Amino acid sequence: MTPTGAPGREPAGRHYQGVRWNEPLVTELGTPGQRGLILPPLDPEVAAGQDAALAAIPAALRRAVAPRLPELAQPLVLRHFLRLSQMSQGAHLVADTLGTCTMKYSPLVGELIARSPKLLDLHPDQDPESVQGLLEISWRCEQLLKAVSGFGAFSFQGGGGSQGIYTSALIIRAWHEARGEGHRRDEIITTTFSHPANAAGAATAGFRVISLMPGERGFPDVDALRAAISPRTAGLMLTNPEDTGIFNPHVGEFVRLVHEAGGLCAYDQANGNPLLGIARAADAGFDLGQFNLHKTFGAPHNSVGPGASAVGVRADLAPFLPSPVVRFAGDGYILDRDRPQSVGRVRAWAGNFQVVVRAYAWLLALGADGLRTVAETAVLNNNYLVHLLAQVPGLTMPYEGSGPRLDQVRWSWAQLTAETGVTTDDIVRRTTDYGLQPYYTSHHPMLVPEPMTLEPTEMVSKDDLDELAAILAAIADEARTAPAEVRSAPHRGPVAILDEEAADDPARWAMTWRALVRKRAGAAVRG
Amino acid sequence: MTGRAHPYIPNSAPGVRAEMLAAIGVDSVEALYASVPEALRLRTALDLPPPMTDEVALRRHVGGLLERNTHTGEALSFLGGGCWAGNVPAVVDEIINRAEFVTSYGGGPYADLGKYQAIFEFQSLIGELVGMDVVSAPTYDGITATSSALLMATRLTGRPRILVPETANPATHQHLATFARRARVEIVPADRTTGMVDLDALAVMMGPDVAGVLVENPSYLGFVEEHVPEICDATHAAGALLVVSVDPSTLGVLEAPGAYGADIVAGDAQPLGVHPLFGGGQVGFIAHRDDADYMRENPSILISAVPTRDGSATGFAWSMLSSTSYDLRGDAQDYTGTSQWLWGIAAAVYLSLLGPAGIQELGEGLAARTAYLVRRLGAIPGIRVPRMGRAHIREVVVDFGGTGRSVARVNAALRERGIFGGRDLSADLPWLGESALYAVTETHGQAEIDRLADTLSEVLR
Repeated sequence: MTPTGAPGREPAGRHYQGVRWNEPLVTELGTPGQRGLILPPLDPEVAAGQDAALAAIPAALRRAVAPRLPELAQPLVLRHFLRLSQMSQGAHLVADTLGTCTMKYSPLVGELIARSPKLLDLHPDQDPESVQGLLEISWRCEQLLKAVSGFGAFSFQGGGGSQGIYTSALIIRAWHEARGEGHRRDEIITTTFSHPANAAGAATAGFRVISLMPGERGFPDVDALRAAISPRTAGLMLTNPEDTGIFNPHVGEFVRLVHEAGGLCAYDQANGNPLLGIARAADAGFDLGQFNLHKTFGAPHNSVGPGASAVGVRADLAPFLPSPVVRFAGDGYILDRDRPQSVGRVRAWAGNFQVVVRAYAWLLALGADGLRTVAETAVLNNNYLVHLLAQVPGLTMPYEGSGPRLDQVRWSWAQLTAETGVTTDDIVRRTTDYGLQPYYTSHHPMLVPEPMTLEPTEMVSKDDLDELAAILAAIADEARTAPAEVRSAPHRGPVAILDEEAADDPARWAMTWRALVRKRAGAAVRG
Repeated sequence: MTGRAHPYIPNSAPGVRAEMLAAIGVDSVEALYASVPEALRLRTALDLPPPMTDEVALRRHVGGLLERNTHTGEALSFLGGGCWAGNVPAVVDEIINRAEFVTSYGGGPYADLGKYQAIFEFQSLIGELVGMDVVSAPTYDGITATSSALLMATRLTGRPRILVPETANPATHQHLATFARRARVEIVPADRTTGMVDLDALAVMMGPDVAGVLVENPSYLGFVEEHVPEICDATHAAGALLVVSVDPSTLGVLEAPGAYGADIVAGDAQPLGVHPLFGGGQVGFIAHRDDADYMRENPSILISAVPTRDGSATGFAWSMLSSTSYDLRGDAQDYTGTSQWLWGIAAAVYLSLLGPAGIQELGEGLAARTAYLVRRLGAIPGIRVPRMGRAHIREVVVDFGGTGRSVARVNAALRERGIFGGRDLSADLPWLGESALYAVTETHGQAEIDRLADTLSEVLR
């Protein structure tokens, strides 16, 4: 093979071909009598008591029919799941620009550290004396996040962004209740372009939710907020920049008005990546907020978790954080459970500390200059992509007059759709044929028609961006010249185009193998 | 930024930045922050320690801190209470450390088909264990899954009250107090001699406004709840729903809740091959029958098998996204989001390795080990075990009241001898006095249990 220079690489020149194993479901595999694991045998004296132990279980509660688990020898189980892994991408394999998700490089040194049995095999009820190393890491990570945000204390209990945002709503609730105003402060204000978890977390905590619609420039104006504020206002919960990448410049005024009305302000920093070292939540007046350690702070996303949400608060709100919290008690670290004002428990145990350890290693590896480079490079990458994609006919950037975007852009293919009938759902499937991770379209509601949300973090290179833009331009061209090819995509991924409507049809949906077998048999009889 | 590129950031190389800025048509990145008002800008450097840019320093520092921990494989641990340090098979570790699974996220089935298939297989294998046709994708943990299942019951029945046994996991009680304010959570007393639900008390509490009744089987305190048939009948007679919380690793021995009348099953798959991770290894699920009303009220992500349009193959898609907090937003009464999928994949691998014979042997072996622990500890003067219940399958309450020592003191003495004693129950369940919850896994042989018994005898002498 002749070495060639990187410039001028054509999107089609890659000749991507995804892995397609047509792998059966694991429940369809196996041979009676095979097994993949031998459990430690019972010693004779232990075994001697087994029958009596089982006989003590009432007959009605003894398992009558063995569960239909597959019977597979060990190499066959390994092979099956390795094939499934091959039919998944992940951010180590592709320049993933999935909007709103902050896909970035998760350094492998963090993985090495986080896979120590000194972390994996700790039980949450171990005496604190035996987990001082982990508790110290958690405490130290908290100190770093306090510097990054300006907040006075953190909890890592939330297992993901939604759980952290829900925790913020609980803290707002508890604060008003502690002041005797819980009964009348029952409304939370958010924005439509904020992540849905802000509205949903507030609603789950019992609040009525007011969502402010964006104005002409992509964000709600101060008058819209004024109209929403009332004596019932408990607080403001929003993302900024929102999922459009647009920073609401009135956020300081928003915070001031909500404070004036007696509410608290919670900053969902799911989109905090472009602001690391640039602006701090507490300096903008926010009372509390959350970071996703599995997004912004370099920990991997683990196929949809485990993640970790770091919920930060002003120092005087610290008593309301979930229980337990890690605290330095003078001569060592403890899990403090003696917290009468705490919102209580939002999940089992104290948090996903493996994620915290990775985030701590990532923060240390970057430092203050590094964090700023992360933020600035993410913004540079996004604006370079804007420059490239501005040249793609049929693709537009709604709210164009709102200035440079920060971390991402919610684009619209509506012009191309009007011209060719090819939709964003068609295009996103087609990207699979070029080896891209499919882009994110939009959260509900889809205010931007035919949306495409791209967030190129600091992980991607200029070549990656050039290639991404070339592929999207090529697909837009295909929409005009070979629309059927796009509409019927994907052709080179792990699976062909799916009948996704079946997933919402009670007669055809199947969440388990047993349901699938039953429905397939029913369809065969009928048909 | 400083002159040297950062290894995690390709475009931190100075030349390429200049090229990109020129293409955009600005002089500096600063111009791209025009929308952030000056008043909000941080004009000093963050107060962070100097960076550890090399791997040697990072591993020395962070790895060195972790070295101070003592893990459950170094000590002899009898801790459980919803999280167990069982053996994690080598194949499970291989799969969950695959970069494709570790670093993937929100990609759809066209790029991440394998991830979705593994999650569908998790749902399928749990479905076989619990005897239900619908199982959610992995949720946060069994505690939150149980609370969500109970709130589902309130929405499905339009009734406000949920009844929770006194002996239920204290974390469930705590979580419900924070989470379930929409409902009226009431505590069903236990018969404090047997530990079982007090059926007379339940009969008095039951009524037409009861939405759901929770049964843990096995209970948090380790015993098999023997009154399940009576509780089930009473619940259904009142038109309420039976919510059963399970430890799925016992379901090779205990009946599938779907076979004895459960309407919703919640549980935690951590004991199915997931590391304890200081509590970060939990992975919940919510299961129920294949009913559109239940599907609508299930707040979790649900992955459905779907055919390709040409019918030649099977793929996967999100089902009923419209019923999740992603779409409900301000109308939601529960929420979902990034949870614990990787551990769901671990559980799918584990159950595939175990097979039907293995899951049965696992449960039988746990019951035998627990019985042996009861026998050995029961012979020590002053110890009362089992404190309650007849059949136990993994855990058992050990009452130290007759020894004149507190659990805290006993556990401190055990710790000095390299043993993690059972969880001290005296704070959460004061009516049990000085009692501890002892747990076994398949890694405990006779020698380990004998060592515990001998050490306890020595400590209590």
